[in-house]
Amino acid sequence: MKIKILYFAWMRERIGKSSEKIETEASTIDELVKELRLKDQRYDFAFSDLSSVRVALDQTLVSFDTSLTDVSEIAFFPPMTGG
Amino acid sequence: MAVLIQEEDFDLSDELKLLKAGKGDAGAIISFIGTVRGDKSLRALELEHYPNMTLSSLEEIQDKAISRWKLIDVRIIHRFGYLSLGEQIMMVAVASQHRREAFEAADYIMDFLKSRAPFWKKEHSDTGSTWVDANPEDEKSLARW
Repeated sequence: MKIKILYFAWMRERIGKSSEKIETEASTIDELVKELRLKDQRYDFAFSDLSSVRVALDQTLVSFDTSLTDVSEIAFFPPMTGG
Repeated sequence: MAVLIQEEDFDLSDELKLLKAGKGDAGAIISFIGTVRGDKSLRALELEHYPNMTLSSLEEIQDKAISRWKLIDVRIIHRFGYLSLGEQIMMVAVASQHRREAFEAADYIMDFLKSRAPFWKKEHSDTGSTWVDANPEDEKSLARW
């Protein structure tokens, strides 16, 4: 399955890119994160503390155990600080 | 009803005119403006957002507030980009029949906007640039609703 991944704020800075398209067999977000962390140190560092990472599937906030079926866009970012 | 995500500044009195236009049944108007607070050596604030998600998340917050308090109208503006000290960051304006709903709804919208709308602040100061950490109190505030 091909997924578009977006990164924002310090996730973007730590990984060094704002978006990428990847091919994955991961069935949940947790599995995808494991795959990404193995790619290289930048990913491993960015995802080292998941309590400070939020995730959205197709622009909706979800938890890391959510399934990845029929997803086209996934975004990783720190807790929001609007207002 | 309107949610605007923009780089440019806004004028509160113009926004309130739009909010009130044609709504003679509104007996209460509440507006809140968040500005760039000048503390320590802060020079500017940079606001990043997730364009595909920002509008839908704010509209969802707005719609929930409207149905919960039977509001007459709501306008939300949130800016992004580089903002200097004292500049306006965002605005929430609520019109309702009576004041209680308007105060509560504005408070509700602000609580959810702070922790659920995809915006991130970076502070630029004389000593460097750092991302603002989310305040755990903001997340706890959501339990009030």
